[in-house]
Amino acid sequence: MEGLNIPLNHILLVSTLLFSIGMLGLMIRRNIIFILMSLEVMLNAAALAFVAAGAHWGQPDGQIIFMLILTVAAAEVAVGLGLVLQVQRRFKTLDMDSANRMRG
Amino acid sequence: MLEITLFYIAATIALVATVLAMTRANAIHALIYLIVSLLAVAVIFFLIGAPFAAALEIVIYAGAIMVLFVFVIMMLNLGEEGDARERGLLQPSIWAGPTVLSLLLFAELLYMISTIEGPVSTQAVSAKEVGLALFGPYVLAVEIAAMLLLAGLVGSFHLGRRYLEREE
Repeated sequence: MEGLNIPLNHILLVSTLLFSIGMLGLMIRRNIIFILMSLEVMLNAAALAFVAAGAHWGQPDGQIIFMLILTVAAAEVAVGLGLVLQVQRRFKTLDMDSANRMRG
Repeated sequence: MLEITLFYIAATIALVATVLAMTRANAIHALIYLIVSLLAVAVIFFLIGAPFAAALEIVIYAGAIMVLFVFVIMMLNLGEEGDARERGLLQPSIWAGPTVLSLLLFAELLYMISTIEGPVSTQAVSAKEVGLALFGPYVLAVEIAAMLLLAGLVGSFHLGRRYLEREE
């Protein structure tokens, strides 16, 4: 891997676009599974920015933060999908608008 | 020059696949596009000199986390009426406002990153350096991550167990 000269701001541009698309998906979808997928896209975009910044300065810190983001994403998805099963069982739908009131 | 071309191809694939994933009505189709997007991001990681991060992206993100999604979608067995309902929710009147807000945020971020210059480093950061830093100055973060994973494990077990019991 000699002579890597990809401009940093192009990588950050891709990361920003991915984050914006993820946030758009988060806002327009009501299905809880798509909401979780959008969160994954946003976390992944943030991780891409971290790794690109770490590569810019040649330090391993970016990849370490990437691993921590990976951990957060895994834990979030595990709990989130458990909640998906609960929502589906209680409301017989995955539409989050149906789960807007709390009852015991 | 080659890696720049590869970077732009991978970036285009990542963006197109993500847009398609966010706009599909069928959850499984969206998931497949999301996996393509994650694989493209892994290629970008490899090109900017982070081979270890690229491997982790494929193994954990595109492998483990997406398999979790596949299992849950298969357990729920959504079917065709779910697709029809999702299509009804994807009207322009619904996505126009959020699109404007997202574009505004994107323009702000674009303005902020427009001043950054220079290429990424010519040196690839090896897995050895990452491991040394991970268990050197970042060992507390590793312990916190372990506790977070334990909390996630206990939480998902609790939620899933009650789901299975009351099903009968």
